[in-house]
Amino acid sequence: MTTSPELQPTDTVRIPRGVRLREDKARGGWVLLAPERVFQLDPIAREVLTRVDGERTIADIVDDLAAAFDAPRERILTDVRAMLLDLMTKNVLEVV
Amino acid sequence: MTEAMAEYRRDTVSSTAKPVPQPPIGMLAELTHRCPLQCPYCSNPIELTRKREELDTDTWRRVFRQAADMGVLQVHLSGGEPAARPDLEALIASCVESGLYSNLITAGVNISRARLDALADAGLDHVQLSVQGATAEVNDRIANLPGAFDKKLAFARNVTDVGLPLTLNSVIHRHNLHQIPDLVELAVELGARRLEIAHAQYYGWALENRAALMPPREQVMEALELVEAARERLKGKLVIDAVVPDYYARLPKPCMNGWGRQSLNVTPAGKVLPCHAAETIPGLEFWNVRDHGLNEIWRDNPAFNAYRGTDWMPDSCQSCDRREIDWGGCRCQALALTGDATQMDPVCELSPYHDEVQVLAIRDAGRDDDFRYRRFAAAPR
Ligand code: SF4
Ligand code: SF4
Repeated sequence: MTTSPELQPTDTVRIPRGVRLREDKARGGWVLLAPERVFQLDPIAREVLTRVDGERTIADIVDDLAAAFDAPRERILTDVRAMLLDLMTKNVLEVV
Repeated sequence: MTEAMAEYRRDTVSSTAKPVPQPPIGMLAELTHRCPLQCPYCSNPIELTRKREELDTDTWRRVFRQAADMGVLQVHLSGGEPAARPDLEALIASCVESGLYSNLITAGVNISRARLDALADAGLDHVQLSVQGATAEVNDRIANLPGAFDKKLAFARNVTDVGLPLTLNSVIHRHNLHQIPDLVELAVELGARRLEIAHAQYYGWALENRAALMPPREQVMEALELVEAARERLKGKLVIDAVVPDYYARLPKPCMNGWGRQSLNVTPAGKVLPCHAAETIPGLEFWNVRDHGLNEIWRDNPAFNAYRGTDWMPDSCQSCDRREIDWGGCRCQALALTGDATQMDPVCELSPYHDEVQVLAIRDAGRDDDFRYRRFAAAPR
C-alpha cells in the first residue's frame, strides 16, 4: 500500500491492451472489460474514461470535465486522480 | 425468518408470469476436447467428445453472434486445447465482429510464433496460459508430456513480446502446492499481469483422481497465507486471484455465482450448460445450439431453471442470509458428495454431510494413489 504509484497532473494515462471500454446495451451503462473482470462504470467514471485516450494529460481531462460540468477544478482533480490510481492498482490503467 | 422470506418474495416476483433471468456476462466456449496434455485434474468430462462430433466454424459464429446479442460481454475460448482447431483465427475474428472480449485459455505447447501473430492480428484480447508446475520436472510429469514446460516458457515470452496481456494459471494440488512461491516468481519473470492460483476442484477427472491430488490440511492453510502475502507485496504489479480449496472450508464457494445467473458453457458438441460439470446431474436435459437459440436455452431450458435463484433451496439455505452470496454452493459437488443435487453444498458447516467431507479429505490426503491421466477412451464407441 505504501508503494502505491503517484500520479501527477502532467501525466498521461491510457487503457492498456487487453482492457476494453464499451457500452453494455443489454444492461445499460458502460463497462470496462479486463481479463476475468468486468467493471461497471458509474456515469462519472464513464465521463472520465471516455476522455482517456493516451494523448491528453490528466490536467487536460480535468479542464475538460470542469468546463463540461461547470464544477470546481480542484475537486475534480482530486476525484479523478483517486479514481485513476485505483484503476492502476487493479492493472486496468497505465501511465504512458 | 418469516421477515426474510417476505422480503425475498418481493424481490423475485415480477409482474410478468415468468421472471426473465438477467443475461449472462461470460461464456465459456469449449471448442474441442482434443489436447496434447493429460492433466489428471482436467475439468473435462470423463467421456470426452471426439473431433467428428465438434461444432463447425459457422455454428460457432452463429453462437457468438447470439451470445453478443443477448448481452454476453466476454468469451473464454477453451477446450481441451482450443489451438487444436485450425479455425481458431476465424473464431476470434467472429468474436471481435460481435464486440465480444476474447480470452484464449491454452496449454501453450502447440502455438508457434507465426500462429500467435495470426491470433493477435485476428483481434485476440488476452491469453491465459496454464502451467502444471513451476519447474520442468513437476510440470511435465503432471501434464504427462515431456518438454511441455520449455514450450510453455517460449510461448509465454512470445505472448508478452507480441504485446498481449498474459495470465498464468496453475491448478494446485498435493504435487505442486509447495511451488506456490516459485509460481509467483515465474509469473513476475514472464511479465504476466495476473496469476491464478486455482486449487483443484473435484469434478470430472479431478474427482477420479482425488486420492492422488488432495493436499493435507496444514499445507493448504500455509499456502493460503503465502498467497495472501504475495498479493500484498505485488499489489499494482501482479493481480493474484485464488480459487480456494473448498473441502477444508466452512462455507461453500459461490459456484458460478449462482446457477444460470452470470455465465454459460457451450461444449464441443454444442450442448449448453450452466457449468462444466452440470452434465453429471441426472434428470437434467441440456439443449443444444444446433436445435435452439442461445437466448431461448438460457431462458427456457428447464435445466437452467432447475437451480436458478433460491426457490429450489433446502430450508436451511432459504433462511440463511448467505443464500444470495453463495447461492447454496455447488450443485455438482452436492451431487458428488451426497448423491443429491438439491442438497446444500456439503462443504457448508450447516450441512449434515459437512463432517463426512472433512473426513474424506483427510483420508484422501493420506493416500498415495497413482494418477489416472486424462485420455480419450481406448475404443471409440
Ligand atoms: S486441464 Fe490439461 S488436459 Fe485438460 S484441457 Fe487443460 S491442458 Fe488439456
Ligand atoms: S446454509 Fe446454504 S446459503 Fe447458508 S451458507 Fe450454507 S450453503 Fe450457503
